[in-house]
Amino acid sequence: MTQSWIDIKHANVVLIMGSNAAEHHPISFKWVLKAKDAGATVIHVDPKFSRTSARSDFHVPLRSGTDIAFMGGLVKYIQDNDLIQKDYVTEYTNASFIIADSYKFEDGLFSGYDAATRKYDQSQWAFAKDDKGIPKRDKTLQDPRCVYQLLKKHYERYNLDTVSSITGVSKENLLKVYEIYTSTGKPNKAGTMMYALGWTQHSVGVQNIRLGCMIQLLLGNIGVAGGGVNALRGEPNVQGSTDHALLWHIIPGYNAVPTSAWPTLADYQKANTPVSNDPMSVNWWGNRPKYMVSLLKGWFGDKATAENEFGYNLLPKVEPGVDYAMMFVYDRMYQKKDIKGGMIFGHNPAMSFPNTHKVRAALQTLDWLVMGELHDTETSSFWRQPGVDPKKVKTEVFLLPACQRGEKDGTTSNSGRWHQWHFKGQEPLGESKSMGWMLIEIMNRVRALYEKEKGAFPEGILAHDFLKEYDAEEMAMRINGRFTKDVTINDKTYKKGEMVPSFTLLQNDGSTYSLNWCYTGCYPAEGQNLAKRREHTQTPIQAKLGLFPNYTWAWPVNRRILYNRASVDVNGNPFNPELPIIAWQDGQWVGDVPDGPAPPMAMEGGKYPFIMHTEGHGQLFGPGRVDGPFPEHYEPVETPLTKNPFSSQLSNPCVKLPKSDLDLLAAPGDPNYPIVLTTYSMTEHWCGGGDTRNTPYLLEAEPQLYVEMSHELAEEKGIKNGDVIVVESIRGKVEAVAMVTVRITPFQVEGKTVHLIGMPFCFGWTTPGVGDATNRLTPSVGEPNVTIPEYKASLVNIRKADKVTELAR
Amino acid sequence: MPKCIFIDTTRCTACRGCQVACKQWHDHEAVPTLQTGTHQNPPDLNPNNFKLVRFSEHKLDGRVHWLFFPEQCRHCQDNPPCKDAADEFLEGAIIIDESTGIVICTEKTKELTKEQCEEIIDACPYNIPRLNEKTKELTKCDMCIDRVHAGLVPMCVKSCCTGAMNFGEREDMLKLADEHLAYVQKTFPDAELLDADFLGVIYLVSHPREMYHEYAKRETHPLNRADFLASVTKPFRNILG
Repeated sequence: MTQSWIDIKHANVVLIMGSNAAEHHPISFKWVLKAKDAGATVIHVDPKFSRTSARSDFHVPLRSGTDIAFMGGLVKYIQDNDLIQKDYVTEYTNASFIIADSYKFEDGLFSGYDAATRKYDQSQWAFAKDDKGIPKRDKTLQDPRCVYQLLKKHYERYNLDTVSSITGVSKENLLKVYEIYTSTGKPNKAGTMMYALGWTQHSVGVQNIRLGCMIQLLLGNIGVAGGGVNALRGEPNVQGSTDHALLWHIIPGYNAVPTSAWPTLADYQKANTPVSNDPMSVNWWGNRPKYMVSLLKGWFGDKATAENEFGYNLLPKVEPGVDYAMMFVYDRMYQKKDIKGGMIFGHNPAMSFPNTHKVRAALQTLDWLVMGELHDTETSSFWRQPGVDPKKVKTEVFLLPACQRGEKDGTTSNSGRWHQWHFKGQEPLGESKSMGWMLIEIMNRVRALYEKEKGAFPEGILAHDFLKEYDAEEMAMRINGRFTKDVTINDKTYKKGEMVPSFTLLQNDGSTYSLNWCYTGCYPAEGQNLAKRREHTQTPIQAKLGLFPNYTWAWPVNRRILYNRASVDVNGNPFNPELPIIAWQDGQWVGDVPDGPAPPMAMEGGKYPFIMHTEGHGQLFGPGRVDGPFPEHYEPVETPLTKNPFSSQLSNPCVKLPKSDLDLLAAPGDPNYPIVLTTYSMTEHWCGGGDTRNTPYLLEAEPQLYVEMSHELAEEKGIKNGDVIVVESIRGKVEAVAMVTVRITPFQVEGKTVHLIGMPFCFGWTTPGVGDATNRLTPSVGEPNVTIPEYKASLVNIRKADKVTELAR
Repeated sequence: MPKCIFIDTTRCTACRGCQVACKQWHDHEAVPTLQTGTHQNPPDLNPNNFKLVRFSEHKLDGRVHWLFFPEQCRHCQDNPPCKDAADEFLEGAIIIDESTGIVICTEKTKELTKEQCEEIIDACPYNIPRLNEKTKELTKCDMCIDRVHAGLVPMCVKSCCTGAMNFGEREDMLKLADEHLAYVQKTFPDAELLDADFLGVIYLVSHPREMYHEYAKRETHPLNRADFLASVTKPFRNILG
């Protein structure tokens, strides 16, 4: 989130799209309803009518996988009717930037596409620069090669007729949303977008979010109170796990994972440190070398020296261009069978991964598997799953009992980036331990073996400055970081061992360490664990905003609303004087912690507001994404259509598809699988359900797998509410109870009726009689930028079950 | 001073936090359930579920209305029909806690016969009490009387994150209910407070009450003893099981 949960209450319009906020983030609705009380319009755009829709002003059903068409139409509406927030767009976004002649877009493809590799040469989408290397601009926005004009050209195809026909949304509903949402383009109005997996889990997932951001930039809704692009993150600590790099492609603090293309630290720093010649651009990532060296210093301690590249040479390097996302790890496990073993903690891929058949088969190729879990799950018990003879499975599985979060100290980072300490409430049950304890214990024993027996490359294992035993408080301090020797910075001397009070003091010479620069400042001095703060004190301006700067701590530097320099005009006066986030008063900023101390943009030394971009501007034109600088509508890989009305590119030309005998895909418009399936979570169960199916009260409330479907489809198929049906895709079949409801309606798409059904994915066979993995139906389709699977749109068929084997009746 | 719960169903997201929190506080057993084509589960109130979020869906003029009704005992003010009925059989089986107005089924309900219990259930216009076949006790929401006496709010209210559930002095809750009603009526002119004059648990509904569920509607006025005696001869209404 660029904002905090509380800030939602300031929105004039709340657009919930790609999320079922009331069900999956129940607390968010405390603030949505407060916004509504204050007069906001709450709009829910989603394939089905859910508990979120019930509490919104209105619901607009949309065929799953057509968000870009819907929002592309909104961009066109904004530009056709000149509804942008002019000063904001001209000054703070790259609308005025001139694009190099090499950029082109023709019939669904951007310039630089190589069909053989399914990749673009992104260098063709460059900004034109002047002789000083600064992007050329036309602030009148009239130059035909400026971003604003190219944007207009790009979305001119997204007219109401085409958008309505592809999305299944009536023109009346499209206009209703467009009109209401664009009312937030005025400087004193704000609209917020709340999204979650409904936007991300598509083969165009990253571009869905890009387009949301672009609309927010056009309307001047980023950085302001009640605005923002708000990824709803929650229970699985997605915010914290991303910050600390649970994903393969980054190391902590959003630094790229080292590859063999960068054999030395100097190579790494050069490739990952952008340079800006524009003195008004903060170009924050210019600081990367300091963060990277401090991270290495945190990992390797005294063993990290300038002479040995601070231990960079000890890091494993991935091969450039190879995708190590779990979708491809399971593919390799299944096909190459060269992965011997692995560890899975707090994760149930035999339920939650697409094409679960393949995951379940892949796991059987392992020699060993170590799992840390609270309960036995479909993953830890894959060797005894239905249809598998345990005697024929060679894998040795170790299930380590993990304690619950209430049984350990630690932190979670909430969606608003609040670093919140949670205190142990009781001792762990039985022999269970925290997963942190397990990892430290395992690694120390591995280290002891290396110490004793050496083996291959022991220094890579032994050089780490490793904890002797798990200690959440010490980890929090190491994440914040310390000075490693006495240093004097700006006339102030910091002693060796002292906490680093702010990431601005991190150094690239090894004199500081931090395990995650984003969090430096959360523990600014001994005994000051700011994540434990519970103070409600505020200044009047903070009280008006609902900011609680003394309650826990938010990264970065306790800033509660990101990009807040975009909430003021170039002279530092708030666009919305009623709800200023920051304001320039008497030569200083008041309000929230500003995005850097520089004075307003029009003053001497002033800086652009979007400090994380090299050019300092919000990116309407975004050359950084591998599948295009402007979002374009492509059909889901499994689509009920055979033609894309916007171009002859039916699906995303860069989509990642593992190929194996189990990776079958239904052909576009396949008459055997005419129904769109979308999958989702629910309030009562958590993710794959491993925890919550073992919580009897929750299982009581949602006991078995169901399929939500329209009355029209049910009638067509002779299905009654409560019947057990079989849902079948080209990959597998699943039994579920039919929930026939008015909350799902058929869509009229490109002249034909398209039915959509929805299923949760939390029910698995280890809980008897509840059903088994819905993800046996979904395909391994990876989004090109981040390889997130396309869970939200695939093709199936349904029929009434002849006999029932998976569900208790 | 009588206590009161005010439930604004227009703020309810049916997260069922109240339903689960109620079970947790009362240390109730989980009951086995099946998916039957609705999110409403368990299907009805029972001795282990004093609180149940009822779901009902309608499509009117092309628009979907999904209504949520967090059902519980209404704690009738003055002459609760269940108490009047019980008093006929056994004084003290159902009592009113004087300081709070909370209506309590006591352990003495064990001494009632099954038929007597059924008559008591039938007397309740909202079809709330349930007979625990194991313990032979009549059961229903006790408004977390232990918590209330300890100065805490009932568990359902505590768990509610949207402000749908509210607890306090009756006078204050009536005032709050009127405020909410005035606000909701701007969007739903037919919104109303259900039987607010008689009840310790007041619901605000936006739609006609019969759209929520069969017993959202109060079919009888509070019975006095004479009315009750006249009513015991009429056939039992169907008790949802």
